[in-house]
Amino acid sequence: MKFDLVLAGVGGQGVLSIAAILAEAARREGLAVLQGEIHGMSQRGGAVQATLRLADAPVAGSLVAHGGAEMVLGVEPVEALRCLHYLSPEGRLVTAADPHPNIPDYPPLEAVLAAVRAVPGAVLVGAADLARRAGSGRAANVVMVGAASAFLPLPAATVEACLVDGFAAKGERVVEANRRAFALGRAAVGAAAP
Amino acid sequence: METQILLGDEAVALAAVHAGIGGAYAYPGTPSTEILEYLVPRAAAGGFTAHWCVNEKTAYEQALGMSMLGARALVAMKHVGLNVAMDPFVNSALVALGGGLVVAVADDPGMHSSQNEQDTRILADFARVPCLEPADPQEAYDMTREAFDLSERFGVPVVLRLVTRLCHSRAAVAPRPPRAPNPVAKAPEPQDWILLPHNARRRWRGLLDRLPEMREAAARAACNVLVPGGRAAGFGVLTAGLARHYFSAEAAGLGFRPPWLHIGMYPAPEEAIRLLAAGATRLLVIEEGYPYLERQVRGVLPHGWEVRGKESGDLPLDGELTPDLVRSALGLPPRPQVEPSSLPLPGRPPQLCKGCPHADSFEAVREALAAFPQSVVTADIGCYTLGALPPYSAIESCVCMGASVGMAKGASDAGQRPALAVIGDSTFLHSGVAPLMDALAANTPMTLLILDNGTVAMTGLQPTRLPGSRLEPLLLGMGVDREHLHVVEVAPRRPGELAALLRDELAQAGVSVIVAVRDCVELAKAERRESEKA
Repeated sequence: MKFDLVLAGVGGQGVLSIAAILAEAARREGLAVLQGEIHGMSQRGGAVQATLRLADAPVAGSLVAHGGAEMVLGVEPVEALRCLHYLSPEGRLVTAADPHPNIPDYPPLEAVLAAVRAVPGAVLVGAADLARRAGSGRAANVVMVGAASAFLPLPAATVEACLVDGFAAKGERVVEANRRAFALGRAAVGAAAP
Repeated sequence: METQILLGDEAVALAAVHAGIGGAYAYPGTPSTEILEYLVPRAAAGGFTAHWCVNEKTAYEQALGMSMLGARALVAMKHVGLNVAMDPFVNSALVALGGGLVVAVADDPGMHSSQNEQDTRILADFARVPCLEPADPQEAYDMTREAFDLSERFGVPVVLRLVTRLCHSRAAVAPRPPRAPNPVAKAPEPQDWILLPHNARRRWRGLLDRLPEMREAAARAACNVLVPGGRAAGFGVLTAGLARHYFSAEAAGLGFRPPWLHIGMYPAPEEAIRLLAAGATRLLVIEEGYPYLERQVRGVLPHGWEVRGKESGDLPLDGELTPDLVRSALGLPPRPQVEPSSLPLPGRPPQLCKGCPHADSFEAVREALAAFPQSVVTADIGCYTLGALPPYSAIESCVCMGASVGMAKGASDAGQRPALAVIGDSTFLHSGVAPLMDALAANTPMTLLILDNGTVAMTGLQPTRLPGSRLEPLLLGMGVDREHLHVVEVAPRRPGELAALLRDELAQAGVSVIVAVRDCVELAKAERRESEKA
C-alpha cells in the first residue's frame, strides 16, 4: 500500500499543521511516513504546498511524481487546481470551496468551482461555513482533514486523537472547536465516501 | 534509542548533539535555519553552546576557535552563507584542527527562498575537503556523526551538503547512543595554526598529501554503493543525493536494472566510476545542482564514452530534480495524470503581512521619491525584498546580504542623486556596517534607511544580535552626523512624517541615516502568546 497526498493552500491557512497531524496519525498506525514542506518565503500569504507520502514499506524522496498522488487536498480551490497535475487518474480531489482572493487577478469563483467539478469524483466542501459552525473560523483546515478522512487509509479515530493532541496546548476551547470541525467535515462528504 | 520523526535539519542537529559537540553556530537562512532552531533551546540542558551569530563568517570563526581548543563544533548556513564564510572556510582546511568541525550547508536548488542555486560540492572540492551528501533524514543523522569522525581523522573541516527537499522533509530517524564530548585541550603546535607563508606552504602541501587518503576513505565509504545491473543494459546510472530515491522509484518502469553507482561521499571514488563504466557504453549522471559529477566522470573515463546528464540536455541545468525529470531522462513516458485545468491560474507570490511596518515604510519611500525626477533605490535580503512587488514596487535591487549599502554608494559615485539604500536591522548588522564605513569615509551623498523591526523576520523571528536601541550609538560611533541621523517610529498607515524626513535627507550633500522603528507584526504576536503563557 502507498498513499501519496499533496496538500495545497495559502500561507497562513494551516496547511503545514494539518500535514503534521496526518503524518502523526500515520505514524501511530505503524505506516512509513515522509512529509515534505517548504518553509520561508512562501509562507507569507503565498501559495503553499506540502506532501505526505504514506506506505506500508519505507518510502524515500518527499516529492510526489506527476500523476502519482492518490489525493490532492486543498484548503483553497485555486491552490488545489494548481496541484492537479500531481493527481493520478484514479486519485481524488478534495478541496474547500472558499476562495482566498488575496491577489488582484483572482478568477471568477464560478469558473474556479466549475474547474474543480470538472475533475471526476471531485469533492467540494464549504469549509469556511462549517468552521464557523464548529466555533472557529480558523478551523477550515481541520474541516478539510475531516472531509479527506473518508478517503484516507487511516482510521478516523486515530486522526481525531492526533488532532486533539496537536491542539491540546491551545486549550480546551480550541480542541473542542477542532473536534467539531473534523466531525462536520467528515459528515459533509458522507454521501460521496466509498 | 527510540525512533523520532525529524526534519532533515533536525536530524543534523540531533546527530551533532550525539556526536558530542561543544558548540553550534549559525546565521539563519532558509532552508538551514531549523538546525540551530533545534539546538538553541536544548543547549543549556545539553551542556553545549548554541548561538545565532551576526553572520556566517563570525559563526564559522567561532566554530573554528572551538575546534582549536579540541572541542567538536557545528556551523550551519544556507549555500550563499558559505560565500560570506569562504575566507575562514578555505583557510581552516590548512590548520591542524583539534575537535571535529562540520560545516552544514543547505543548497536551495529551485531557489525556493534564495537568489541563486550554487552547488556547495564544488566549494568543498575548492577547499580540498571531504563532502558528505545525505539523501534522507536518517542519512543526515548518520552522515553528520560520520562527518565529525572524518574531520578529526583528517584534521580538516568536513562539509555536509544538504538541499531544500531534505532539510524540510520529515521522516523517522533512529538515533545511536551519544558519544561523550572531547576534553578541552589547546592545539599542541601553534605553528600549525599560524598561516604565515612558511607555515601555510607546509600545511598546504600536507593537505594535498592527505587527498589520496580522503579519496580512499570515500572509495571505502558505505554510502558510495555500486549495484551491478541485472543484465547487459547498455547504460549505467550514477546518482548523488536525492537522485537516489527518484531513480530507484522510476527505474521500476524500465523493466531491467542498469548498473548503478550512488555517491554519498566526495572526493568521488574514481575507481568505482570506472567499474560502473565497464559494464556499460553510456552513463547517465543524475545529481542535484551543478553538473559536478558529470564533468568529473568525463575526466575519469577515456575519450569516447557517452556521458549524459545536465550538460547533454537530458536533465535541465537549472531548477531542482523531480521524479518526473528523472523519469524522462530514463526515456520513460510521463505517467498518466488528471487533465490539468483549462482555467488559467494566477500566480500567488508571497506578500508582506497585514499590518507589516515595511508596508508603511515603502509607502513613505514612494511618497518621498515622487519629489525627485530621478532616483535609485537599492535594497537587500529579507521580508522587505517583497517591496519589489506591487503595490509597492519601491526597490530596484536585491543581490546579496548588505549589498544595498555599497551599491547605493557606487550609484551615487556614478552621479545618481538621490541614492537610497533600504536594509533591515539584522541584514545591516550582518554585512551593512562595513560598506557604510566606506560611505562615511568618502562622505558620499546617500541615504540609508534601516528598517528596524526588532527581529530576523523572514526566517522565523530569530533575535537580532544588537537590540534596536544600540543602533543609534553604533551609527554615531561610526561617525554618522547627528544632524542627519534620525531614529523614528513608523506610524501605522500614516507614512507622511517618514516621507517628509526622507525627502529632506535625500536632498542632503552627505551620508544620512534614518532608522525606521516598528516591531514586526509576527514578533508582536509571538510576544503576546508568550505573555499569555506566563
